[in-house]
Amino acid sequence: MFLSTSIFIFLSSLVAGLIGALLGLGGGIVIIPVLTLILGIPIHEAIGASIVSVIATSSGSAIAYVRDKITNIRIGMFLETATTVGAITGAFIASHISVKALFITFALLMFYSAATMTRKRNARYIEGQVQEDPLAKRLSMSGQYFDKALHKEIHYRVAHVIPGWLVNYTAGILSGLLGIGGGAFKVLGMDVFMRLPMKVSTATSNFMIGVTAAASAGVYFTRGDINPVVAGPVAIGVLIGALAGTRIMVRLKSKTLRLLFVPILLFVAIQMLWKAWSM
Amino acid sequence: MNDNKMFNAEVFISLSLRIGVFLSAAVVAIGLIVYFFSGTTGYPAGVFPTSVAGVFSGLLQLKPAAIISLGLLLLIATPVFRVGASVIIFIIERDHLYTVITLLVFSILLFSLVFGKAL
Repeated sequence: MFLSTSIFIFLSSLVAGLIGALLGLGGGIVIIPVLTLILGIPIHEAIGASIVSVIATSSGSAIAYVRDKITNIRIGMFLETATTVGAITGAFIASHISVKALFITFALLMFYSAATMTRKRNARYIEGQVQEDPLAKRLSMSGQYFDKALHKEIHYRVAHVIPGWLVNYTAGILSGLLGIGGGAFKVLGMDVFMRLPMKVSTATSNFMIGVTAAASAGVYFTRGDINPVVAGPVAIGVLIGALAGTRIMVRLKSKTLRLLFVPILLFVAIQMLWKAWSM
Repeated sequence: MNDNKMFNAEVFISLSLRIGVFLSAAVVAIGLIVYFFSGTTGYPAGVFPTSVAGVFSGLLQLKPAAIISLGLLLLIATPVFRVGASVIIFIIERDHLYTVITLLVFSILLFSLVFGKAL
């Protein structure tokens, strides 16, 4: 590894963090292809670096939602039992499957992300229409928050706790396996199964991402996949890029930007498949 | 259950978490700067510390890669600290069920740091 490589890693992480924040994707899906395809860094080290950057970016953004009391801390803690065990499972799988399989799985994730970017989020919350799961009642999960857009207090109940837990376990696996935050999958479990209001899912998912990432980062570190000259510049670069991105985002229409990015995502996904094919 | 008090404590934790992230990032940045100016990681090519003990023995010799790794370790530790602090909040709230749930998450995180290598 040369000094110049570390500088290049830093600069590309800056851009990855920026793009990730603008698109609401997180930096991992951008930085891992750059590290592996352009710089030829082993995919395990790329994943290790990415998972550390996920901790850095998620911890900064969670506070606003906690302050506004939109985050449901109980649901978050309960689901973290799923995402952390999942993350360790994912990190375990990553060391036991071939590099080829990892590239293919990552490419599939990119195709999935491209598809979700063209669609609207599938929220199933309808006010007053959610049948409370008895388990949710025992875990005192129901809650309320003040919706600034609707100018009223929203009270909600929680449905289908076990399916929500299982989806979050899977989200944890994907996070630990591929080095991503996996927010989109955590939100899926809370939107579709637990039928939470969209804002509550988003806030609670942000609350969980850092803790989930820490679970697999521990495994990657002790296994020797967190190379300081790679993970260091990635963490700092993505963090600065993401901070800048959230500032700019306020002034940009993110929907047009997302649609513009779909073909790029597909192109890179095909490159990842090509790399797997030629192994 | 007193949700207001809990949220105040949680805001405090989130804030300390944020400070923790910026402190760790600063340590990583210092390590990178030392690395850029010295032109060496302090280790042979492809070698770097992979345990807490390894990081600290490298730090004693001021090896640039060990400084970067210390920052990365601090970064990984911040969410662990945040869960630990939540355990205390639930204990104060006398919320036994969530004390147990949060302790479980805390143990899972420690498990991954201690036994991760064996996986």
